[in-house]
Amino acid sequence: MAAKELNIPDAAAQAAALSADMNPQSPLPPGAAQELTDIQGEKMVLNMGPSHPATHGVLRLVLELDGEIITKATPDIGYLHRGDEKIAENMTYTQFIPYTDRLDYLAPLANNVAYALAVEKLMGIDRQLPPRCQFIRVICCELARVSSHLLGLGSMAMDVGALTVFLLTFTEREKIYNLIEALTGARFTTTYTRIGGLSRDLPPGWAAQCRKFLGEVVVNIDETERLLTRNKIFVDRNRDIGVISREAAIDYGLTGPNLRGSGVEFDLRKAHPYLVYDQLEFEVPAGSVGDCYDRYLVRIEEMRQSVGLLRQCLDKLPGGPDNDTREPVDIPDGKTVLPSKRKVLTSMEELIHQFILVTQGINAPPGEIYFSAENPKGELGFYINSKGGGTPNRLKIRSPSFCNLSILPLLMPGHMISDSVAIFGSLDFVMGECDR
Amino acid sequence: MSARELAQQLKARFGELISEPAEFRGEITVRLSDAGRMADVCQFAKKEMGFDFLVDITSLDNYGTDPRWTVVYHLYGYGHHCHLRLKTGVSEEKSQLPTVSGVWRTADWHEREIYDMMGIRFQGHPDLRRILMWEGYPYFPLRKDFPLAGKPTDLPQVAFTRAAPEEGGPFVTRPGGQNSTAREPRAHELESDERADRGIAKNL
Repeated sequence: MAAKELNIPDAAAQAAALSADMNPQSPLPPGAAQELTDIQGEKMVLNMGPSHPATHGVLRLVLELDGEIITKATPDIGYLHRGDEKIAENMTYTQFIPYTDRLDYLAPLANNVAYALAVEKLMGIDRQLPPRCQFIRVICCELARVSSHLLGLGSMAMDVGALTVFLLTFTEREKIYNLIEALTGARFTTTYTRIGGLSRDLPPGWAAQCRKFLGEVVVNIDETERLLTRNKIFVDRNRDIGVISREAAIDYGLTGPNLRGSGVEFDLRKAHPYLVYDQLEFEVPAGSVGDCYDRYLVRIEEMRQSVGLLRQCLDKLPGGPDNDTREPVDIPDGKTVLPSKRKVLTSMEELIHQFILVTQGINAPPGEIYFSAENPKGELGFYINSKGGGTPNRLKIRSPSFCNLSILPLLMPGHMISDSVAIFGSLDFVMGECDR
Repeated sequence: MSARELAQQLKARFGELISEPAEFRGEITVRLSDAGRMADVCQFAKKEMGFDFLVDITSLDNYGTDPRWTVVYHLYGYGHHCHLRLKTGVSEEKSQLPTVSGVWRTADWHEREIYDMMGIRFQGHPDLRRILMWEGYPYFPLRKDFPLAGKPTDLPQVAFTRAAPEEGGPFVTRPGGQNSTAREPRAHELESDERADRGIAKNL
């Protein structure tokens, strides 16, 4: 039996031969182009999400892959679209506050504050807020920032393989949730602010608990840094990955830590101070390269600055921690803030105010305003167009995650598929806010 | 340089096209009389006046008046730290204006969202698809004539919507029921699901 000669095609040699043929002088023989793609392999289309642990919610990405290299990325959003803007047009300003909890659901307190300030700007009462109210609102914003960054860093580190950090940051985050629960009565759905005030003052002993927490969280941040900042694996997986240039960051409308990571030292708390940020001292950290590692460093430093801000607020809080001098936390205007129950039951005027406020809402003037606040994820803005009365004609939410995600088609191509999780983690987006 | 001066500068360049700047709560708004020139004005604002950051684009539905649409642009400059709002009216028959995605890349998604929610088209946009609703959804939900509860739609095998119950729906406990089982919200959900299933079966 004669041995049959085996014909094993050498793929590399064939490809080289074919590409040598590919010049205008010698046109390809019929069928050769097809052969070439067969050898080089087709591009693969991979669906990432909407239910993927690294996409932090319900982001869907359609990735076009050449082997393990991403050649094209198309984000598909809207899986969490609830029509918040449509809902807002059909209810009073106060009724919409609970919906703002569900925008960036990792920092509901900061959303509450931003929304209340936007409506107060429309009413023209944002400068009349009592100082105690303003300080407590800053405390809310900064607690939310620490909480959001703890989660963002924890999940970013976990996605690139460092599970311990996630456990550490979640331990601290749990303490913040306990504080928030003591303050607002709920862990997630806080609905803490009211138009012209707060739903309640700080509970007794809360400031002391908060101070105790601040002492513990700085230790934890240091520990997190020791685990990550000089960790060879973490640095290798993040440095020079997902580089966003300063120009691209501005062109794509990035805000917050993602913008600052690219070297733009811009923070709304400094550039357009609201509440009492102009009376407090803090630094705005910025990166230099704009890669995932820079964004990580910016978030770490922002947490430290937030802890400093919280300490200053607790020191300067008018009325002291337990409000011994009975400082007000609401604007003394019955047509904006609900009167106390006791007064409603005993006084005619307060009863009328209560009735009007509950049935018709506050009486906003006609006009339009845009107010934005520096939220953990970036610039959260509210554009309110009012025709007068208790409901907005149009309420547009300018969400930072929406704009931050729009850079993905530029950012992803050229990276390995395993880099995508580092990029997602460093962009730190929330789909509840992106889809609204 | 203040936002008002910048608005005057814009008016000096474009003349009649730009209205007198209006101020409300410290914010400056100018109107464009011709929506078709929006891209030119934005190009000038970015290149010559330092408005390098497009904060947001949004649209208003002035249902029952003409022009029906108002498109609102929020501009910001990192150099001079000033906000400027540009507004322009677009008639319902036209429902179209030039894209500014060539000026700022971030406009790409904002314009897709406006198209998705209100049905205003942007001429020259590279990829004007729906963004929040799914491809093939027949309505524009942020229009004032679209009901809050929604409209039932069907895209077989892909997606569906039913009008949402506004009160007494599946998530609302009805007071005054005989016992806790009858008051249980999910009891109603089952009931309405069955009805919906029958409805869909009939359609098929």
